[in-house]
Amino acid sequence: MSIDQTLPGSLAPEDKANLQAAAGAPEAIVAPPGGTGGPVLWMRKNLFGSLRDSIITVLLGAVLLYVGWGFFKWAVIGATWTAQTADACRANAGGACWAYLVEKAPFMLYGTYPFEERWRPTIVSLLIIAMLVSSCDRRMWNWRLAAMWVVGFAVSWILMFGGVFGLPYVETGLWGGLPVTLILSVVALAAAFPMAILLALGRRSNMPAIKALCVGFIELIRGVPLISLLIMASVMLPLFLPEGVTIDKFLRALVAFSLFAAAYLAEVIRGGLQAIPKGQYEAADALGLSYRLKTQMIILPQALRLVIPPLVNTFIGFFKDTSLVYIIGIYDLLTAGESAVKDPAWRGFANETYLFLAAVYFIFCFSMSRYSQYLERDLNKSHRR
Amino acid sequence: MAGRQPQASVPPRVAPWRDPVIRGYVFQIVVFGAVVALAWWLVTNTLQNMERQKIASGFGFITQESGFDIGDTLIPYSPASTYGEAIWVGILNTLRVALLGIVFSTVLGTVIGIGRLSTNWLLAKICGWYVEIIRNIPLLLQLFIWYKLITLYSPGPREAATIGNVFISNRGVQFPVPKADPAHMWMGIALLLGIAASFVLARWAKARQHATGQQFPTGWATLGLILGLPLIVFIGAGFPLVWDVPELKGFNFQGGVVLLPEFFALLLGLTIYTAAFIAEIVRAGILAVNRGQSEAAAALGLRPGTSMRLVILPQALRVIIPPMTSQYLNITKNSSLAIAIGYPDVVAILNTTMNQTGQAIEGTALIMACYLTVSLSISFFMNWYNKKISLVER
Repeated sequence: MSIDQTLPGSLAPEDKANLQAAAGAPEAIVAPPGGTGGPVLWMRKNLFGSLRDSIITVLLGAVLLYVGWGFFKWAVIGATWTAQTADACRANAGGACWAYLVEKAPFMLYGTYPFEERWRPTIVSLLIIAMLVSSCDRRMWNWRLAAMWVVGFAVSWILMFGGVFGLPYVETGLWGGLPVTLILSVVALAAAFPMAILLALGRRSNMPAIKALCVGFIELIRGVPLISLLIMASVMLPLFLPEGVTIDKFLRALVAFSLFAAAYLAEVIRGGLQAIPKGQYEAADALGLSYRLKTQMIILPQALRLVIPPLVNTFIGFFKDTSLVYIIGIYDLLTAGESAVKDPAWRGFANETYLFLAAVYFIFCFSMSRYSQYLERDLNKSHRR
Repeated sequence: MAGRQPQASVPPRVAPWRDPVIRGYVFQIVVFGAVVALAWWLVTNTLQNMERQKIASGFGFITQESGFDIGDTLIPYSPASTYGEAIWVGILNTLRVALLGIVFSTVLGTVIGIGRLSTNWLLAKICGWYVEIIRNIPLLLQLFIWYKLITLYSPGPREAATIGNVFISNRGVQFPVPKADPAHMWMGIALLLGIAASFVLARWAKARQHATGQQFPTGWATLGLILGLPLIVFIGAGFPLVWDVPELKGFNFQGGVVLLPEFFALLLGLTIYTAAFIAEIVRAGILAVNRGQSEAAAALGLRPGTSMRLVILPQALRVIIPPMTSQYLNITKNSSLAIAIGYPDVVAILNTTMNQTGQAIEGTALIMACYLTVSLSISFFMNWYNKKISLVER
């Protein structure tokens, strides 16, 4: 298509000529005027824009260099990289002891899981991580996602417990480390999700008894700290059950987590339900759809799509909150780290332990939060005009 | 036409099991019945179990002697005190750390949130990384880190760092307090009077500025009233000030007041963690204010600080308040992590109580009741404040 055809006919001939020249002629591309680029100018603008800015920059830069150099000296220059016992590290007090991490990291990641069976939690952890990653792909957001998780949970169950296919049985009391953290957060979320949808719908119901029950449950759970729920699960739940029935501690913590997650997720989903325009409800009613069909086919698909980014953020919160099981003595990542610190043979390397634990948690949470930010931008594309 | 009117208003006859109203009632009765049945089942189980295990029930233990000591108390307490008093000590400790945490994290969070929007690239980046790092590491781990750092790098009581009569060691910070004197009560009353008077003054100054345009140095006058009135009482009573100074006796300090390392670790952890969330809320609130507002303020000749204080922040507050409320609630609830580093908050004390008396149900119920009371009060107050500052639309 030539310029002639696209230009409106009312243009003067000389304008037409100019436009044609501009479209075709290379000399019309003008270089930016001098003095707007380059690192020096960038620094003058962004670091030393005013006297106050310059002072801030110099002070912050000095602090950053001091702290950074101190850390570098501790972590790299003065560090002990290999050692058979803690004595070599203790002799070198001014530096980090990475030999300790080499020795202890497997224990922090697997806890007290039997040594020769450690390949099982490894596979389970990798499986859960792989499922989390593939859940991020929007092409997977259909029945395949649910099928994948069901199969994944079944495989994880078999691998973690064992007792079939010639795998020795491993009780939950021996589970530990990263797989516990992953299982707690993922399973609790999966169990909480259907409950949360019902609670959110119930909270917006016009039946007073249902609404009161849902509001009461949500506000009760959200009003108390998670610790009190965990304490309740560990000391009160056994009293609630009939004589002879016992659930082990890990499962009890899972119940507490699911209830906790359900209340918070319900509020997130309610936000999505409230954001659906009234016209959608009315149109569904006008089509004569029953409440179940209306909810299932019109409302929930839209509402859930809206709340995916906040759901990811809530999940990050749960992932961090699983560390609270330390208080009721379940061997998650943090608990395993704490007992590694207290190991008499390697006592006194708390800094290295905490740095390692912080890095593991950070990698998981940071990548999830980046994903949620990306998703928010991506899903909002159609709303921005 | 007239004959058809009543016919149209008669609803079509439906079978009772298809009538939505009747179905609604039936559904509610069924669900409610199921919940009651579940509760009934749990209660009978519990009663049977308690009878079998010979666990006492009821809140009778509250008046019994507790027998354990608490390291940090705001009210007089000894092992001879009752469980009730111990719980009260715990509640006060929780409230103190939560209130201080709210104040400090609001200040720090606001500074970092504004810093993230700074035109200074380095400052903005550092504030951004602060938020990212702190937000993505569990609070419990951060508490362990702070506690370790504080206990590891603070000296023993004999080598305590001394600033005047304040001693900093791994036993905490010991500082002198004035011994109680009757005049102190009058100073407190004078302080309250000063605050009330400055409120009246501020209203008067505002009314005068509206009427005449004249400004009044309210800030200095308020400062004078609030500090001056107690000072006058203090001078009038003849300087009644005797310090209770901490002294090193044996392996520890006696006298004065101590703030435990656990307290500092908890306060530091809560403040730093929550500040990261508050920073994001503040940043979002400021970004939500239309750019035209700051441009208009600049066009009126307001300096950046003044425009932030008088134009941007008041408008941003409307966006900020609701999420801020949930952060304040989070601080209060997160203060329960104190139990992990051994600070005697209400959860830790009730946990000890439960272990000693075996009355888990009453203990857990008390924990939940305490937090529900605090949570509901904070949300009530913040809703009231939110209503007060929200935009009055025509």
